Amino acid sequence: MSEKITTTLTVNGRRHSVTALPDTPLLWVLREDLKLTGTKYGCGVGQCGACTVHIDGKPNYACLNAIKDLEGRSITTIEGLSRDSSHPLQKAWIAEQVPQCGYCQSGQIMRAAALLKENSRPTRQEIVDYMSSNICRCGTYVRIARAIERAAKEG
Amino acid sequence: METKAKGGSRKAEGSGHDPRVASHAPMNHGRRQFMVGAAGLTFGVALGVPDVLKTGDGAALAQTGKSVVINPYVTLHTDGTVIIMSPAAEMGQGSLTSLPRIVADEMDADWAKVKIVPAYPAGKLYGNPLFGGEQYTAGSATVTGYFNSLRQFGAQVRYVLVENAARHWGVPVAELSTQPGVVLHQKTGRRLTYGEIAAFATIPAEAPQIAVEPVSTAQFRLIGKDIGRIDVPGKVNGTAQYSIDVQVPGMIYGAILREPMEGAAPEHIEDSAARAFEGVIGIVPLKYGVGVLAETPWAAFKAKNALKVTWSRKAKGWGFSTGKGYEQFAAAAKDLALKGIAWEIKGDAAAAMGRAATVVEGEYRADYAYHAQMEPLNAVAAVSPAGDAVEVWVGTQSQTITVVAVAGALGIPESRVKFNGMLLGGGFGRRGNRDVEFIVDAVLMSKSAGRPVKVLWTREDDVHNGRFRPLYVNRIRAGLDASGRVIAWHHRVACDEVLAFMDPVRYKMTKGRDNIAMRGTELPTYAIPERLTEGLQQATGMRTNPLRAIGVGQNSFANEVFIDELAAKQGVDPVAFRLRQLDTTPLAQRARHVIEEVAKMADWTRRREGRGLGIAYLDYSGTQLAGVAEVSVDRQSGAIKVHNFWCTIDVGVPVHPDNVVAQTESSIVYGLGLALTERITIADGAVQQSNFYNYQVPRMRDVPEIHIKLIPTRNHPTGAGQMATPLVASAISNAVFQLTGARLRQQPMLPERVKLALADAQTRVT
Repeated sequence: MSEKITTTLTVNGRRHSVTALPDTPLLWVLREDLKLTGTKYGCGVGQCGACTVHIDGKPNYACLNAIKDLEGRSITTIEGLSRDSSHPLQKAWIAEQVPQCGYCQSGQIMRAAALLKENSRPTRQEIVDYMSSNICRCGTYVRIARAIERAAKEG
Repeated sequence: METKAKGGSRKAEGSGHDPRVASHAPMNHGRRQFMVGAAGLTFGVALGVPDVLKTGDGAALAQTGKSVVINPYVTLHTDGTVIIMSPAAEMGQGSLTSLPRIVADEMDADWAKVKIVPAYPAGKLYGNPLFGGEQYTAGSATVTGYFNSLRQFGAQVRYVLVENAARHWGVPVAELSTQPGVVLHQKTGRRLTYGEIAAFATIPAEAPQIAVEPVSTAQFRLIGKDIGRIDVPGKVNGTAQYSIDVQVPGMIYGAILREPMEGAAPEHIEDSAARAFEGVIGIVPLKYGVGVLAETPWAAFKAKNALKVTWSRKAKGWGFSTGKGYEQFAAAAKDLALKGIAWEIKGDAAAAMGRAATVVEGEYRADYAYHAQMEPLNAVAAVSPAGDAVEVWVGTQSQTITVVAVAGALGIPESRVKFNGMLLGGGFGRRGNRDVEFIVDAVLMSKSAGRPVKVLWTREDDVHNGRFRPLYVNRIRAGLDASGRVIAWHHRVACDEVLAFMDPVRYKMTKGRDNIAMRGTELPTYAIPERLTEGLQQATGMRTNPLRAIGVGQNSFANEVFIDELAAKQGVDPVAFRLRQLDTTPLAQRARHVIEEVAKMADWTRRREGRGLGIAYLDYSGTQLAGVAEVSVDRQSGAIKVHNFWCTIDVGVPVHPDNVVAQTESSIVYGLGLALTERITIADGAVQQSNFYNYQVPRMRDVPEIHIKLIPTRNHPTGAGQMATPLVASAISNAVFQLTGARLRQQPMLPERVKLALADAQTRVT
């Protein structure tokens, strides 16, 4: 329980071996060991979505996934969404000037990317339902919804 | 003597922009505090313009060649790059971009060539004139506070460039004009780019004082036009850097179990379980808590949670609770024999009250509220081994306050503090308190560790150690004449003291007037000639801070719900009642306009089945706003649903219109949470909530359709960053009354409170 373990996982297409206490959340390994700081700590209990990443292609909370359960899994973070901010959502986020403080936006974009993968033309209600897992304290929700609609349209 | 633009000489960004004539004459009373004469190219150095401007980051941003510092804000490079310092903290409000726009507009810079550099701590150079020259980003006071001086700086730069070109060509200054980034001599068709001028420019020893055009007539080129915020691209790809992202060589992690209330020091520490965790490096007893040093954040958090600490019972807050607070504050607000500290006195309210035909009273309450900025508080500090110097990486609302507090914590001179300002993952007033305790945490832990430390607060720490908007009881009495007009107003505000706790330095200067608690009681646009507002701030030992919209959030709620009650008592339409009550001053004319417009937008007179409409109006530091909420109520559960929110806002000249709209959207969503769900409760002095599962902030599903109309006027720009927040609760409460007859007089309007009010309204009807 308190002995460190080594886990091999793929992050943004690259294999990494990381050594940490088994119950260490993926969040802290990404941020402090792999220096992928785009994934943010907001609540640590799966309430705010600031740490949203994709695990094997599905949106998930990096704060709730212990490193011991991630052997061989494939993780995508905001840094791996595109090489050059060219993902349609990233372009739409800039076009709609969504971010304010910006802290939650990596998680918002990763959540939205999962939505569009599942449903390429979501209705406004589908967007609202899907995105309500993620908190933005600056209240940029109106623009987030608009940016998702724009990305869906402009692809 | 004025020259006209030739065809084709207009630049894309300045479509419709004529070249500016160089007719601004320098005036003689140079503002020496801005530009002190050190002759030659490094003009401004005498004032202490730092190395960064002479040789450092600023110059590095340019491609090649040399650069010339024209004043503390502008460095011009021979390749045409214009480096503009931005003096405020960026916490999402956009001033990192907006402030340099003001400089660039007045100097007629080519925006494509502008590079923005955040200013380092130097209050004398970069302080906000509204805050006594401190670099303190708060109060939505940034654009409004810096506006005139930044225009002046921009105008000085433009004048210096034009004057150099005139000398270079041997022509009178008056024959020259500018276009973005270029000085023109139209008689001969000659032109010099700003970069070309930088290569030979000499800077005058005296600061030229330029008469800038008043905002009422000025032709702006960049101000008033939308532009992408410079911080946005880094916020969509994970590269934006907040203090929580900082790593420095040799860094370890810290977590702190803090006293449950101010002044409850640790008396006994049981740390054997904490020490047993792998990765724990040390336990650090502090005056106000117990720190853990560890190899990883996870080890630090686990060890912190395993600490068992007995706290001293000396703290004032022990035994205090939300219930006791309401009891104590309500009694204080009601007892007219208890004199408060006058906040605003107009005429003689007591005498006018005596003349009134009727006197009406109302009481309004609000629970403690929590900032919930998305980035839990944190900081990185590296104290030198000898303890005589420190480098910090922080997200702070005040560079000035931070440097003083950090130096004070170590007992070292401020010059030994190296400050690295990072983006803030939200501020909302949480990061500007005088003691910046979340930064001092990292400093003390690094000193103890002898190496760099990143101290992280968990979300639970952020809630438990929160510094809240205070608990409030407001009591208002109004005297009405026989025609129903309000002639006297007496508003008493009982709440925890805020300024005394969050900023003792400023508090000392105010003689007990607590602006954070009291703002928003004033009624500058309603024609009520005799007014008295009094503060009865209570020392409860609770931790308080400004929170977005500060006292205005509750005081305006009290005012606007009470006004609505007065209208209802007389059977007058709430919009008509407000319009009738407005003064005839120019400011009140702007108020009239925002109210009339919002009523039009909401189609105010159209009744909707099962839904109610409510209006609220506010003058917030000169910004004029009005809002209308459209709500329905689930009578079974007591839940309020807001379907639409219309808002008009007049900030004078909007420097960055789309950002004013964005900030207003943001303010409305923030106000929605405060109005409906957000509530901190206290039991035996300690906070009872922990995380987002029991402190509920708005999510996308909670947000109504938001309709905002920005009304630009030719007035000095006023604040935008929080102004709409107070409208929301007032408009919702008034809408619920219109729909149900139930009056909601307490924030948040929780379902159980709504049900009580519905039952009460029912009793009164039957």
